[in-house]
Amino acid sequence: MDERIILRNTEDPHNASIAGYMAYGGYKALEQAVGEMTPRDIIDEIKSSGLRGRGGAGFPTGMKWQFASLDPKFPKYLVCNADEGEPGTFKDRPILEHNPHLLIEGMIISAYALQSTRGYIYLRGEYPHAKRILERAIEEALASGYLGNDILSKHFRFNLTVHSGAGAYICGEETALLDSLEGRRGLPRLKPPFPVNSGLWGKPTIVNNVETFANIPYIVSQGAKAYASIGVKDCPGPKLFSVSGRVNKPGVYELPMGISLREIIYTHCGGIKGGGALKGVIPGGISTPIIAPENIDCPMDFVHLPKYGSMLGSGAVMVFDDTVCIVRVYERAMKFFEHESCGKCTPCREGTAWMRAILGRIERGDASERDLETLQDVAENVTGKTFCPLGDGAAGVLLAAMKTYREEFEYHIKNKRCKVQ
Amino acid sequence: MTQVTAERLKILRGKIYELMELYPSYQAALLPSFFAAEEIFGFISPEAIGEISNVTGVPAAEIRGVASFYAMYKTKPMGRHIIQLCTNVSCMIEGAYSLVEYLKEKYGLTPGGTTPDGRFSLVIMECIGACGTAPAMILDTDSYENLTKDRLDTLLESYK
Repeated sequence: MDERIILRNTEDPHNASIAGYMAYGGYKALEQAVGEMTPRDIIDEIKSSGLRGRGGAGFPTGMKWQFASLDPKFPKYLVCNADEGEPGTFKDRPILEHNPHLLIEGMIISAYALQSTRGYIYLRGEYPHAKRILERAIEEALASGYLGNDILSKHFRFNLTVHSGAGAYICGEETALLDSLEGRRGLPRLKPPFPVNSGLWGKPTIVNNVETFANIPYIVSQGAKAYASIGVKDCPGPKLFSVSGRVNKPGVYELPMGISLREIIYTHCGGIKGGGALKGVIPGGISTPIIAPENIDCPMDFVHLPKYGSMLGSGAVMVFDDTVCIVRVYERAMKFFEHESCGKCTPCREGTAWMRAILGRIERGDASERDLETLQDVAENVTGKTFCPLGDGAAGVLLAAMKTYREEFEYHIKNKRCKVQ
Repeated sequence: MTQVTAERLKILRGKIYELMELYPSYQAALLPSFFAAEEIFGFISPEAIGEISNVTGVPAAEIRGVASFYAMYKTKPMGRHIIQLCTNVSCMIEGAYSLVEYLKEKYGLTPGGTTPDGRFSLVIMECIGACGTAPAMILDTDSYENLTKDRLDTLLESYK
């Protein structure tokens, strides 16, 4: 893929302003959508493009939009999930900070397709700089007639507000996000009903990730066929990968969906820092199961990764070399899951704390072999029994790590110290 | 910590009314109102909770319940500058815990604590989305990345 779509011109500091964005043809797709297409045409185009949501679940975007558009209830709300609280994930940050108008244009086109008049960007509280940039971009779009009560003089109304989260990972889960946006504790809701039918204040609501919206202008201006020619058949399009950990060039990369982990690490990120040996890779953020070095030829997309026992998630690649202790990684990860468990359901609330406590004992060298059995047992009993994916994810990633790196856990217990340090 | 005065409460009230315009329900203005209260008073003071409750009609007990759910809200007085340091996996493997130790050694600053002179408070964060440039922190509302002990030292000296 030679051309960058989502990160296009992000190295240009003027790109965050509306003048800079328009100099590269920004807002042309919106003019085309509103001027030449019906809402139905846009939904059909998104469906044909094969775009799948970039937040982690990979649900077909066009289908989601169709469900909401067919619901007769009004108003319909449009929500951008800019929470990205998953450790390892920082892929949306360059869009929010360097290409805010691409997101805004994508949201306005979506609003037109869904006949939504009100939108919110739920932005994680940890991005105060992005908040200032987004708010300025919204003001510029309003002043230019792309937002407001009569967009492009077409009697189309859409207003957008940035709403800051305040450090709760669970609010990245779409129903917890909606509760938080309504001014409550962010607890996940029982599904169904799904937000497309009963979301914000009980009205049809589309929740899409930042990156998903950022794909929309390209699909509208270049057509579904051009879009579908990028990436792989079942998962077309470009994908943002945020790479961190022990690589020479960590950062956010826009690459075609389906690229292999090996290519990401060794071709784009310059290989392992210090020339060490690769020990393992978390492919899609801390809640996706770790992949052993022998499997790094796996294609990075929603279809192939499950065959390797993992998931694409948000595309947050975390690379570990042989200087990293896997037990320590998962003890810290479990501390995160324990801290971020919303407390609504017992298996997650109690299970994450229990697993963290045992992992702490193993890491300190205070554990017995029985602890390892208990840890396995607790994790298996949390799996599949939690209200939302948080608890399930915590147990699942630990089980995968214990399976692949069993010997390292046992070493800790037997020798009362880390194998690495 | 800024003193609570009738004048400042009036500023907060005006801000809450503005925020309520943005949502179809008054309760939705709670989260942004908390940020407004922090900006005015340095933390979500009991008086601010009372004012938010009066204006929005949401009971004070529920307001306290919502505020305490979120990690970033300041529900008690804090230092003049707040260091939000990430120690999650990517930051951890790049040395974040040695920075926590350093803050303790040099400034007597422990996680959740404030320096005796009230200059800094330290909050340990769960991922701030700067994993590619780890270790990282947010100091007040500014982000700093690729931290080392030396860089941390220099940075902190510029916040009096």
